[in-house]
Amino acid sequence: MSTEAVSLSPAGVKTAVVYADDYLNKLTGEKIERECKLRLEEGCTELVVDLSQTEIVNSIGVSILLGVIDVASNAGAKVVFSEVNENTVELFEMLGVNRHAAIVNRG
Amino acid sequence: MPHDNDLKIEDFHIANLKGLAEKRSKLVHTFGALAELGHEVASRSNFQETIRTSLHLILGSLGIMRGGVARYSRFEHELNMLAVRGLGDSFPLSLELCYEDERQFLTNGLAAIEVSQAAVLPFFQVYGRTFDDTRLELFLPLVIRDETVGAIFLGEKATGEPYTTYDKEIVCAMGRHIGSAIAQRNLLSEIECRSDENRKLYDDLKMTYADTVKAFAAAIDCKDKYTEGHSVRVGKYSEIIGQELGWNAEEVEGAAVAGYLHDVGKLTVERKIINAPYRINAKESAELNKHPAVGFEILAPIHHPYADVPLAAKYHHERLDGHGYPDGLYDRQIPYIAKVVNLADSFDAMTTDRPYRRRRPANEVFEDLQRNAGKQFAPEIVSAFFRGILNELNGETKEKKFRKLLGREYMEAEGLAVSLRNSLNAMTPTSNLTMISTARSA
Ligand SMILES: [Fe+2]
Ligand SMILES: [Fe+2]
Repeated sequence: MSTEAVSLSPAGVKTAVVYADDYLNKLTGEKIERECKLRLEEGCTELVVDLSQTEIVNSIGVSILLGVIDVASNAGAKVVFSEVNENTVELFEMLGVNRHAAIVNRG
Repeated sequence: MPHDNDLKIEDFHIANLKGLAEKRSKLVHTFGALAELGHEVASRSNFQETIRTSLHLILGSLGIMRGGVARYSRFEHELNMLAVRGLGDSFPLSLELCYEDERQFLTNGLAAIEVSQAAVLPFFQVYGRTFDDTRLELFLPLVIRDETVGAIFLGEKATGEPYTTYDKEIVCAMGRHIGSAIAQRNLLSEIECRSDENRKLYDDLKMTYADTVKAFAAAIDCKDKYTEGHSVRVGKYSEIIGQELGWNAEEVEGAAVAGYLHDVGKLTVERKIINAPYRINAKESAELNKHPAVGFEILAPIHHPYADVPLAAKYHHERLDGHGYPDGLYDRQIPYIAKVVNLADSFDAMTTDRPYRRRRPANEVFEDLQRNAGKQFAPEIVSAFFRGILNELNGETKEKKFRKLLGREYMEAEGLAVSLRNSLNAMTPTSNLTMISTARSA
């Protein structure tokens, strides 16, 4: 997991990209959660969680991502999940995760 | 009419393939979470971690935005939060239950309660506002084997839909796992607490016993004005010997007690014989010589935490060569503890003033002990005793026990350390000779 340099769009949206590992479980999930909170404290208004490396998201992963969404919305920021594989998209739709965060797949 | 999301066997006949696929993956997802939860609870890892993970699994399995797990304290009548997610800082860390709540939860059993429908219960009246603010929708009292052990609080689902019967069943199944983990933990704490109480009780008893023993020793010594403090000193010397013999703490305590009580039989001997300011005659001597057997009779019915205390009293006047009393036992027939007390007793007799003679000089006493090793005393016990004294003389002990008991002057007799070391070497098998002299002269 790593974070790309925070970029500032012309519209004044401060975006941070956080990269998740191949398997999103408690250990890796909590690392992402901490990273996201840090970025929010730095004033980011958009968090992009890149799931391109992530093959499986289990229940713990979902719980953590919902936590990220909650913390972000309390801070007035929005969350984007990018490069999400088909299975995970299906899971997000089934559980309603997609109602709270945009899913953006470029590929 | 069944809710849209309820999974029924009939559903599988409906030719809605997409719906079926979605339901199947939902099943796979939730059962995956259930399996993981079962594994987590059974793993016996850190309890707090287990609860935190369990909360993640419940929230993640159904896509629930927020929630918490609490443990119920039946003594404080409080639900104490063990893990929370997304409930905010204003959510209380402990929530009180009244008698009516407890009763209702028990009747309800392990079944989900919809917060919006539960306003009749005092609990939901008291905390209703907080629950509204945190958007709590479901409350699950964790009732395990007719006992409330905790509760689960759950917020809104990410889908924005209400909880279905299926969801509630999943929540209950997971709740049962979490409840069992809490119940197991409670049981463990109770056992720990009990064993802790037992230990304290045992320590108290031991202290009471030690006080009683000291009181007895004082009573014995009180009777003999010339040998004041004799029992206490014999106890202390026996303790030192036990330590030098490498005994464990319990055995060393036992040696001290045996020393304290060795002359308890003297309580029944006439005071005028004990306090006779002259060498007593044969008849008086016979009377005095009953004290070991009488001591045994006094001590035997008492349950001592240490073995052999009564035997120490009975045989502390026996000698290795069989010339002792009351039974004229030989070396191996004499209980070891009695041999220890015998040396301590003899040493104190030689190093304290008696009405008919002054105490003997230290060097002479040690020579005497060495000479009698193998006749009256067990040689290895004499060696152990000498080592104890030498350790103190060489400044290797923090507490100066001998100096306290015998006086600084007595212990500073010229050449004492050297003659003790010589005696020790003379009594020690050759193979250890070099080792001891090197160690001591260093
Ligand atoms: Fe005696
Ligand atoms: Fe004695």
